[in-house]
This record gives sequence, C-alpha cells and structure tokens, in this order.
Amino acid sequence: MLTLSQFISYFEDSALADNIRENDLLFPLIESVHVVSICLVVGSILVIDLRLLGLASLNRPVGGITKAILPLTWSAFAVAAVSGLLLFVSNATKYLDNGYFVAKVLLICAAGLNMVVFHGISAKDLPRWENEAALPLPARLAGGLSILLWVAVVTCGRWIGFTMQVH
Amino acid sequence: MTGAGLSEFCNWLAATPLSHTIQTAGWIIPTLQTIHILSVAVVFSSAILVDLRIWRLLERDVPLGEITRRFLPTIWPVLFILLTTGSLLIVGEPRRSLLNSTFYLKMALLAVAIVLTVALQRSISSSPSFWDGNRMRRIAGRFAASASILVWCGILFAGRWIAYTQAG
Repeated sequence: MLTLSQFISYFEDSALADNIRENDLLFPLIESVHVVSICLVVGSILVIDLRLLGLASLNRPVGGITKAILPLTWSAFAVAAVSGLLLFVSNATKYLDNGYFVAKVLLICAAGLNMVVFHGISAKDLPRWENEAALPLPARLAGGLSILLWVAVVTCGRWIGFTMQVH
Repeated sequence: MTGAGLSEFCNWLAATPLSHTIQTAGWIIPTLQTIHILSVAVVFSSAILVDLRIWRLLERDVPLGEITRRFLPTIWPVLFILLTTGSLLIVGEPRRSLLNSTFYLKMALLAVAIVLTVALQRSISSSPSFWDGNRMRRIAGRFAASASILVWCGILFAGRWIAYTQAG
C-alpha cells in the first residue's frame, strides 16, 4: 500500500518539483504570484465581510456585492491554490513538518466551511434582509469570523518563512 | 549620498536602540511583515477593484463615481500603516532594503502608483463621467487602469524580491 510519505516523495522527486527547488528565478516568481493572488483573495473578501458587519458599502444589497466580488475572489483563490501547491511540492516533506503550514491549510478549510455555512444556512432568507444596514447575527458572525480566519491564514503564511529553511 | 555614506548610515541605524529591539525580539519582524502584507492586500484590492470597474468588468450597474468613493479613500490611511511598518522594518534591517536596488525600484513604482491613484480619484470626483466622456477618454481611462494594475503588481513582486536580492 502506498503510504502518505511515499505519495509525497513521488511529487517531491518529480522533475517539476526539482525545477522549482533548483531554479533561482522560479521559486520567487511563484511566490510573488502567490502573494499577489492571496492579497486579492483577502482584500476582496474583506469588502464582503465589512458589508456583513455593517461597516461599509451599506447602500448596496449583500447579494449584489457578493455577485460582483466573489468571481474575482474565486479566480484569485484558484491562482493562489495552484501557486501554493507548486511551492508545496518543491519541498513537501519540510512543509508538512512545519506547524504553521499545517495550521494555514486547516484555517483555509475553516474559512471555506464558514462560507459554506453562511451561503447554505444563514443566507437562506437573504432577500428578506440583504438591503438592511444592520444584518442578522449569523451574517455578522460569518463576516467577523471570516476576517479573523483570513488574518490568521496570512499570519501563518508569513510565519512559515521564518520557521522553515527552503534553501 | 555615496555608497559608502549610505553603508555608514545603515550601520548607524542598525546600532540604534530601536533597531536593536527589533532585531533581538524574534517576533517583531514577522509581526510587522504580517501587518504590512495585510495592509498591502487592502490597498492593492481597492485599487484593482476600481481599475476593473473602469474596464467595466464588475458592478457595471453602479456609477464609477460611487465605486471610486467606496474604495479609493481607504487607500490613504492604510498607506500610512504601510509606511510606518515599512520604516520600522528598515530600521530593524537597514542593509536589507537601503543597499538593495529592488527596494528603490519598489519605491519608484509606488510613486507612480500614488500619482495614478490620485489622478483617477481627482478626475472622477470632479466629474463622475470623466472617463466616459468620449471614445478617447474611454481608451485613456482603460490605459490608466491597466497601468495601475501593472504597477501595483510590480510593487508586490518587487516587495517579494527584496528578500532575494539583499546585500550580504
């Protein structure tokens, strides 16, 4: 049976991973793309979160804002995930040993879960209250939680750089 | 300032008590960098959202003037946080930036981004349909928006590259 470590080394030993590790330009280049995309994810989600908290864009309905912003957020997230995966395979074993990396992945999952709960449950009766400035408690909670989770994601991301030697 | 003078200035800065504190408490630099990158996320996204609206790629039903009023004013106080955290990072590790040409490229691009953002904010607040006036204006608006996207991306790339081009 294939163990997790064998599975990981299969990718880590690939030519792709080898290239990212050894090429002086490729790693910073992918990192820069990762930073740009994660900034867009966090910044664009913040627009929605601040609306949910009743702190910004109050004259716009919640549904209008999510419809305008979320396509950008998801596109940026796709780029962040692919670039992040490329960075990960280049040094998979080291990343998996790093507590901040594991925490970052779990926090991203939590942020996703928060979003699913909001859209699936809390926003069921969205048309009834989406034009209000002060939203129901579950909506405000989702906005506040989202900000905290994404700040934690970025914090862990930055801390990986200080606790893991890549080169 | 000559290269030697700048290097001396870095040594002087690195010997100050504030620099010493930043260097020795291991959590200060990563914390400053985290605040810095979160602020970058806010400024960058605000600028990009307005640029995309100029390209008519989002919230077409909302007037450009309202989009500009909603997003661009946020940039200035957050830019102040960026300058503060950035300055403290320089005090902590002067040679990392001040003896690094990538840092000066980043600052030059920042100057361009600020000029572009002020120009967009002023033109739209004085005349909301300024960039819709005629065909030339529409093309000029899209040109300015594209330049803004490229310059902000350049700032973020240069920021990441400082770590790879620092003097020994």
